[in-house]
Amino acid sequence: MIETRNLKKSFQNGTSVTEVLKGIDLKVKEGEFIAIMGRSGAGKSTLLYQMSLLDEPTSGEIVIDGHIAHNMSNDEKTLFRLSELGYVFQDYALIPELNALENVALPLLMKGLPKAKAYKQAADALDRVKMSPHLEQLPSQLSGGEQQRVSISRSIAHNPKILFADEPTANLDNESSRIIMDIFLKLHKEGQTIIMVTHEEEYGRNAEKVVKIDDGKIISITAHK
Amino acid sequence: MFSILNTRIGLFLAVRQIKRSSIWTTSLIIFVMILTFLNLVVVSGILVGLIQGAVDSIREHYTSDIIISTLNNKTYIENSPNVLNILKSLPQVENVSSRYLKGGTIEANYKTRTNTNDKPNIAATNIVGIDPIAEDKITGLSKFMIEGSYLEPGDYDKILLGAYLNKKYLPIDNPGFTALNDVGPGTKVRLNINGIQREVTIKGIIKAKVDEVSMRAFMVDSQFRSLIGRNDYNVSEIVAQLKPGSDPNLVRDTLIQSGVGHFAKVQTFADAEPKFIKDMIDTFALLGNLLSSIGLVVASITIFIVIFINAITRRKFIGILKGIGISGEAIEMSYIFQSIFYAITGSVVGVALVYLVLEPLIRAYPIDFPFSDGILVAPLTGTLLRMALLIVATIVAGYIPARMIVRKNTLDSILGRK
Repeated sequence: MIETRNLKKSFQNGTSVTEVLKGIDLKVKEGEFIAIMGRSGAGKSTLLYQMSLLDEPTSGEIVIDGHIAHNMSNDEKTLFRLSELGYVFQDYALIPELNALENVALPLLMKGLPKAKAYKQAADALDRVKMSPHLEQLPSQLSGGEQQRVSISRSIAHNPKILFADEPTANLDNESSRIIMDIFLKLHKEGQTIIMVTHEEEYGRNAEKVVKIDDGKIISITAHK
Repeated sequence: MFSILNTRIGLFLAVRQIKRSSIWTTSLIIFVMILTFLNLVVVSGILVGLIQGAVDSIREHYTSDIIISTLNNKTYIENSPNVLNILKSLPQVENVSSRYLKGGTIEANYKTRTNTNDKPNIAATNIVGIDPIAEDKITGLSKFMIEGSYLEPGDYDKILLGAYLNKKYLPIDNPGFTALNDVGPGTKVRLNINGIQREVTIKGIIKAKVDEVSMRAFMVDSQFRSLIGRNDYNVSEIVAQLKPGSDPNLVRDTLIQSGVGHFAKVQTFADAEPKFIKDMIDTFALLGNLLSSIGLVVASITIFIVIFINAITRRKFIGILKGIGISGEAIEMSYIFQSIFYAITGSVVGVALVYLVLEPLIRAYPIDFPFSDGILVAPLTGTLLRMALLIVATIVAGYIPARMIVRKNTLDSILGRK
């Protein structure tokens, strides 16, 4: 489903260059649930941003479902993200002036779906995460856990090929974190491919495979179950 | 670039952002738009109205709708009674007044001047013979009395003195300009017209913002006729007030075709307007537009700053929107729609203020300028053009900062990186 080949990413800081990723080779199959783990500064989030086409690698290749990412223009990447990929950000990343339903429906509307159909699909996605009673509420009226559930809804409403999650439980209490992980597990059971960055061992163990990164390189890939 | 889909999404985002943003911020931005619109319309409107007020005064208090005057080589209108009959027979004509005009001098204190070498207390002017009732019906002359009282048809040897012939009201000390000292209602003065002298009494002083009122003296026509020896009833000026809705050009043309043009100069109030007045109106309009342009630039900069601050503080959300697949163009469209909303709302309120409040208010209570009653001139086509200008300027002012922020790197925006 998604493969990286000798993926490298460097950042220019004045005259100095910092190599964050030093050649990552990773394959994720369809339906797999992968956790990327490592200490702070190891390059976990940077790897996620490259794989999810939010950033441009310095060198190397990313192939998603046969599509070679580095051949895509920015507009093509935007369209690809809209139709094939889903994102769950650490701080929920909901648009504050849109209510829960509108936040989830927006990407569907951008895909060109008629309003009624987009709203129906959004409502169904919110129902999957048990957020149906909160459709009309603005993000400011929701708790952290509820906002993250809306964010997950938004990321799956258009049935993406891959769901990327960057520290989805970082800003949540234990109870809410467990609810989020249960949702991920449920999605995984339904066949969703998930790539999640986390620094918490407890949640990493929920994944099928744990990819450990340190100093910009994969140091181990451990399969669970 | 701006596809239907991007427009739809842009509108979707804009509506929600406006609805759910602070009412005070939105109101303040709209208030700035209202002031800008008013600046665009009212500044040039008042400047033009300054002159237009004078033009309207001349029409209301001197020329009326049609003015018939002497041909260039004549001092009176030949066949005046016939001309009057033709004029009165026209269905569009409401009221008619005729005037006898003669240049002469008015002298005061002639009895008390003992030294003939002393400068006489004298003023040179046009003396006008009128039917007081007919004249008042058309020009409302009686309401300009500032001292004494208005003429009556039976008044004998009485005149109304224009205020600017009295140094009390125009204290100009100029060798070329003459005005009378120490005169008022009840003062006896001596008229001298073509060597014929007549002692008359000043019945009242009259003052309007029209020189043809304030710089002339008025006398009852029957008296004046005998003074100037005009027994043929040929007058110097005839003015006609038309019924509402009548076309002055049609009446003028009808009179000319009836042969009146052989005996007199027939003009509408517009024809009689001096070219320099038209030039002044155009000049003031240009000046007004230049001044208003400054306001437009200021408003554009204001919108630029408002949208820029909005976009820069929402840079993270703009990044998120792009991250989840919303196109940059759709996001730019949302800011364009917000700008359009502010401009249209401000303009609509501005239009309402101009036509429902300011224009009628100033028309009812004109601005009291020294030489005219200033009004607000705001023709609808001009106002709509200014509204369009404001909207276009606001769109550009909103689009530029939005594009600047939207074009920034998506991930940098999400993570708040510079």
